[in-house]
Amino acid sequence: MKVLVTVKRVIDYNVKVRVKADHSDVDLANVKMAMNPFCEIAVEAAIRLKEAGIATEVVAVSVGSASCQEQLRTALALGADRAIQIDTPDNPESLEVAKLLAALIQAEQPSLVITGKQAIDTDNNQTGQMLAALLDWPQATFASAISLSGEQLEVTREVDGGLQTLSLSLPALVTTDLRLNEPRYASLPNIMKAKKKPLEVKTPAELGVSLKAHTRLIKVEAPAERQAGIKVDSVEALVDKLRNQARVI
Amino acid sequence: MSILVIAEHDNRALNSVTLNALQAAKAIGGEIQVLVAGHHCQAVAEQAAAVAGVSKVLLADSPAYEHRLAEPLSKLIATLGKDYSHVLAPASTSGKNLMPRVAALLDVAQISDITAVLSSDTFQRPIYAGNAVATVQSLDAIKVLTVRSTAFEAVAASGGAAAVEAVTASAVPERSRFVSEALAVSDRPNLGSAKVVVSGGRGLGSAENFALIEQLADKLGAAVGASRAAVDAGFTANDRQVGQTGTIVAPELYLAVGISGAIQHLAGMKESKIIVAINKDPEAPIFQVADYGLVADLFEAVPELMRQL
Ligand SMILES: Cc1cc2nc3c(=O)[nH]c(=O)nc-3n(C[C@H](O)[C@H](O)[C@H](O)COP(=O)(O)OP(=O)(O)OC[C@H]3O[C@@H](n4cnc5c(N)ncnc54)[C@H](O)[C@@H]3O)c2cc1C
Ligand SMILES: Nc1ncnc2c1ncn2[C@@H]1O[C@H](COP(=O)(O)O)[C@@H](O)[C@H]1O
Repeated sequence: MKVLVTVKRVIDYNVKVRVKADHSDVDLANVKMAMNPFCEIAVEAAIRLKEAGIATEVVAVSVGSASCQEQLRTALALGADRAIQIDTPDNPESLEVAKLLAALIQAEQPSLVITGKQAIDTDNNQTGQMLAALLDWPQATFASAISLSGEQLEVTREVDGGLQTLSLSLPALVTTDLRLNEPRYASLPNIMKAKKKPLEVKTPAELGVSLKAHTRLIKVEAPAERQAGIKVDSVEALVDKLRNQARVI
Repeated sequence: MSILVIAEHDNRALNSVTLNALQAAKAIGGEIQVLVAGHHCQAVAEQAAAVAGVSKVLLADSPAYEHRLAEPLSKLIATLGKDYSHVLAPASTSGKNLMPRVAALLDVAQISDITAVLSSDTFQRPIYAGNAVATVQSLDAIKVLTVRSTAFEAVAASGGAAAVEAVTASAVPERSRFVSEALAVSDRPNLGSAKVVVSGGRGLGSAENFALIEQLADKLGAAVGASRAAVDAGFTANDRQVGQTGTIVAPELYLAVGISGAIQHLAGMKESKIIVAINKDPEAPIFQVADYGLVADLFEAVPELMRQL
């Protein structure tokens, strides 16, 4: 079966972003960019399905400007067979990303789509669910385990209060949570090989999708900074502060 | 303006996060209705009808909604939602699973995890693990929102007397099926709404040692939280992860024990009223947000703390 994974280019998770002085957005100039960590988990899940002989082809897709080809090359180095960049300005809105992906999926006809649960820049946690709705596919979000038997995909999900297990008929969509797997690193030979793997560019027009704005970003501000408090020198002093100063115990 | 708030519940009781979402609805202003979709959930509808400020409760009672799977529910809500200006749900795992589907079916954006209502179409939300706050205006006719519970006070659970009206369920067969659930049964307060939270990190070293956190939590009547590292290492359950990609908490008192204070962890707890950190590394970033920091070995400090409480 064919598996399609989505890959988003985001700020590296170790970087602390700063807000631009004019409050128009955060400042991404000269900031280290990387594959969204939840997408790394999605790519890893797809590759493991291929290694297990279940997936026959893994296609990685990213929506954004040409710069996201860097992350697609990473996906290819990790083991994806081919990649597709859907060319849009940077920061497309989730619903538009979902529409573009849905149009591509109509053409590609994968049996399984794996997305991250959340992009660590927008923290939206919605694109996969929107995509599943547009395709009228079943979904299992926040996956911590997946297994396939025949046409049924069993997925364990991380939910408030514990775990839930669902059974989905294919084609289906899964969004990854942190415990699904531990992504591998790309080896140098595989990075070299990835340069020769196919990477196709498609435009929204080719997919028959016209983009529309649903929201307007009015401003971006720094959050209220928390002041560091004091250090206490003993447990006794801590208990005293909590009882008599903060009055929280 | 008319607002539909999707109730969170387990077919028996209304989850209090619904009351926080109702506060956001009040801030938007207009008539507020609540949808209770589930199975054998009449009791939940009655609780919702008693909430102050609710004008009507829609009850969709069907086996199809028993586990509140996203596929049938999103179809129901998208059908109902056409008649409202706003559709809101708590930003719980359930709301996050469901509402983007609703938005896509309505062909509108979903604005996730709002922390403030500036006007009926303009909202604030944290982005980049809370390192920035975005002000976002919706250009859509119907606004689909999820609400960060810790950012809105709960409305009063009583004082209302709304009518309960049955709505017909959609009967489309779905290609997703509920198999099983393993939910923690605990006498401790709920992590997302507890007044006191005690969280443990990698510093605990093992699942056995993590019991120290649970004992301290029980002394304080607290919920138990954890860092991602503690969950990944198997010290404790996944649903205890506090942070950018876990549960968001804002208790009166948050105790971080053996947690370094990575930005992803801070994103989930830095709105707490009082933060206490116990860590043996004086340079740990958690001390930059802690009101009271204790540089100590947790294996000495925590037992001593329990003795003194
Ligand atoms: C995509 C993504 C999402 C993430 N989401 C989250 C999230 O939601 N929540 C989250 O928490 N993390 C999240 N993380 C992980 C985060 O980046 C950190 O790795 C994690 O929070 C570290 O956990 P920790 O503080 O327990 O461990 P460490 O950083 O290893 O810190 C352990 C601390 O314990 C202290 N210590 C050790 N022994 C003792 C002792 N005997 N006594 C006292 N102190 C001791 C050490 O000094 C150290 O400061 C995420 C990461 C990524 C990439
Ligand atoms: N521009 C994009 N290109 C490719 N995949 C995306 C894009 N935006 C979101 N996704 C996918 O959807 C997941 C959730 O993103 P979000 O809904 O933005 O939090 C990400 O982890 C990606 O897998």
